[in-house]
Amino acid sequence: MQKLGEFKLPHFFNYPPYFTLQPVRETREKQIQLWKELIIEYCRAQRIFFIGLEEDFPLFSNPAIERSLSHEARVAFLSALVSDGRAEWTDKGHRKCLILWHRIQDWAELILHFVKENGLEDNIMTVEEIRSGIESRGTELHGIDRTVLMRALKLLEQKGKLVIFKGSSTDDEGIKFSL
Amino acid sequence: MATVDSFLPTAQLTASGRPVLHPGEIESSLVSSVDLLSEENPNFPHLKSGLLTLTNQRLLWLPSSTSSSPVYIPLSAISHIFSLKKSLKSVFSNPRIRFQVLASSDGKVDPKGVKSIVITLILRGKSDPEAFLGKFWEALKGRAWEENVVGGDGNQAAQSSSSGSGEGSLALKMPVVGVAGILRKEQEMWESTDKSLQDAFQDLNALMGKAKEMVMLAEKMRLKLLSSSSNQGGGGPEEELGTKEEMQDWLLSVGIASPVTKESAGALYHQQLSRQLADFVKIPLERAGGTINLIDVYCLFNRARGTELISPDDLLQACSLWEKFDVPVILRKFDSGVMVIQNKTHSDDEVFSRIRSLVTKPDALLNGVSASDAAKALGVAPAMAKEYLLTAEGKGLLCRDVSPDGFRFFINLLQEINSDDIYLVRDYSIYAAWINTITTSR
Repeated sequence: MQKLGEFKLPHFFNYPPYFTLQPVRETREKQIQLWKELIIEYCRAQRIFFIGLEEDFPLFSNPAIERSLSHEARVAFLSALVSDGRAEWTDKGHRKCLILWHRIQDWAELILHFVKENGLEDNIMTVEEIRSGIESRGTELHGIDRTVLMRALKLLEQKGKLVIFKGSSTDDEGIKFSL
Repeated sequence: MATVDSFLPTAQLTASGRPVLHPGEIESSLVSSVDLLSEENPNFPHLKSGLLTLTNQRLLWLPSSTSSSPVYIPLSAISHIFSLKKSLKSVFSNPRIRFQVLASSDGKVDPKGVKSIVITLILRGKSDPEAFLGKFWEALKGRAWEENVVGGDGNQAAQSSSSGSGEGSLALKMPVVGVAGILRKEQEMWESTDKSLQDAFQDLNALMGKAKEMVMLAEKMRLKLLSSSSNQGGGGPEEELGTKEEMQDWLLSVGIASPVTKESAGALYHQQLSRQLADFVKIPLERAGGTINLIDVYCLFNRARGTELISPDDLLQACSLWEKFDVPVILRKFDSGVMVIQNKTHSDDEVFSRIRSLVTKPDALLNGVSASDAAKALGVAPAMAKEYLLTAEGKGLLCRDVSPDGFRFFINLLQEINSDDIYLVRDYSIYAAWINTITTSR
C-alpha cells in the first residue's frame, strides 16, 4: 500500500477518476464523501490544521499516476467539509481553510478531560502551557493550533467552566478553571 | 351486410402503414379524408374518411383507423371516369368524383368483369378535385399496368390487377414535329437561341427517365439473385456467396422505386415521408446494430431516392412525426444533442452490459477506455461510442478521468468503496479485482 510520509493511503488513491471532479451528481457525491474522509484522516494523522489552496498540499496530487486535483475540485471538496462543519474558511477569498478534525465542542471536551486527568480543577494555567506544557505532552492537545484552542476555551468560558484573563506581566492569557 | 373484401381486393401495407407497391408502381397523388362508396348498390360498403393514394397502377384507399382493411381498385378495371358535375349544388357540397369499374357477376371489382358498377369518391378534405381528376386521367391513359406485364419477368410478383388485357396496345406516343413554313423557321430560330438551356433540361429528363429504369433493373436483378441463392441452398462456394450478398446490398441501396415527393403527397408530404423512411431504415438499422446516426441515414436515404433529394429539415420533421405513428423505430436525442435512429426493441441495457465487460478487462481496469477503444469493441462510430459512454457514465456505470493524456472512462469504483471505512476492501468485489490488477502490473 502506498504511503505519504507515515500516512497509509487507501487503494483508491491510485484510481485516476478519483482526481477528476465527476460531473454525474450521484458519483460526485460519493467522490466528495471519500475525499472528505481522506482529508480529515490525513489531517488528524499529520496534525495539520490549515490547508492553503494555492500551496502544495501532498494529498492533492499523486505523482505515481501523474494526477492532481484541479483548483475547482479542491474548492469543491473543502467547501463540502465547510458545509459539514468540519472545516472553516479563514478568509473571504476562500484561499485558506481551517480543518477541524475535532469540532470546537469536541476540543472543549478534550480540554475538560485533560484538566480532570491532571487534577488541575482549581489551578491557573496559561494558554501556552496547555499547548506546549509538560502536562499536555502525549495528548491530542499538544501542539494544538492557537486559534482553535482559544475558541474552545471561549466556549468553555461561556459555559462558566473557566475564566480567561489577561496576564499582567506577559502578553499571554491566563486561565482559571472552576469546575 | 356484405364485407369490404367481397367487393374490393385488399391492399398490403408495410409495418409503418404505407402501401406495398408493385414493381414499377409509382405514386402520383395522395388525398386525405376521402369516402369511397357505390351510390347505385346499397350493399356496397360506405368507406369513410380514408387516405386515397393514386398510383400509376392502382387506386388505393387506406382507412384512418385499423377498424377496416385497406383496399384498392386496379386501374385496369376502370372503364370510364365521369367529369365533375358543375351545378349550383356542387358548390356547397363536397366534390364527388364518379367512375365506372368492371366487376364480376357477383359484384366484385375485377378487370375481367362482365358488368360495370359506378363508384363514387367524396373528397371531404381541402383538396383540388380538378387536379386530382387530371392526374387520375393521366394515370389511366398511361396504362402502366400493361407496361409492367410486358416488361415484367413473369416470375416476379406481378400478381397485379391486369392479367391479360394488355394485348400489345402499348401506346408509346413519340412526339412528332411536323410544322413547316415560317412558323417552323421562327421556332427554330427561337430554339437555337435557347438551345443550351433546352439541352440541359433534356439531359435532366433523360436522366430521370433512366433512373427509373435503373431502379427497376436493380430490383429485378436482386429478385433473381434472391431466388437463385435460395435454390442453391448454400451449395455454392463461399466466396461467390459473399459477392452475391454484396451485390444484393448494393442493389438494395440503389433505390426507392416510388419516393414520396411534395408533388405527389402535397399536404401529406411529411407524414408519408415519415412512413416511407420508417420502412427504409429497417435494413441499415439492422446492419448497424440497432442504432444509426441521423446523418448516416440522411446520406443513405437520399442516395436511395436518387434524384428526388430531401432536405435535412424534411428528414428531421419526418423523424419527429414517428411519435404519432405506430412505427417500429424512434428518433433519439442524446444529451449532447447528437441524434440517432433506434429500433424500439433496441435496448441500452445490452449496450451497457457490453461496455461493462469492456471496462472490466484487465487493461481497461488499469488504463481506462477512450471513445475510440469503445468504438472498436462495440463496432460503432466513435461519436456514437462516446454517446454510449456518456450515457453509461450518467447511469453511474462509469467514471471519467480527464488528464493531459486525454479523456478516458473507468469502471465506477467509487460506489464500491465504503465511506465509513475508506481502507475496507470487500473480497471478490470489482474494487478488489482492480487492486489486484494494479498491484500485479507494477
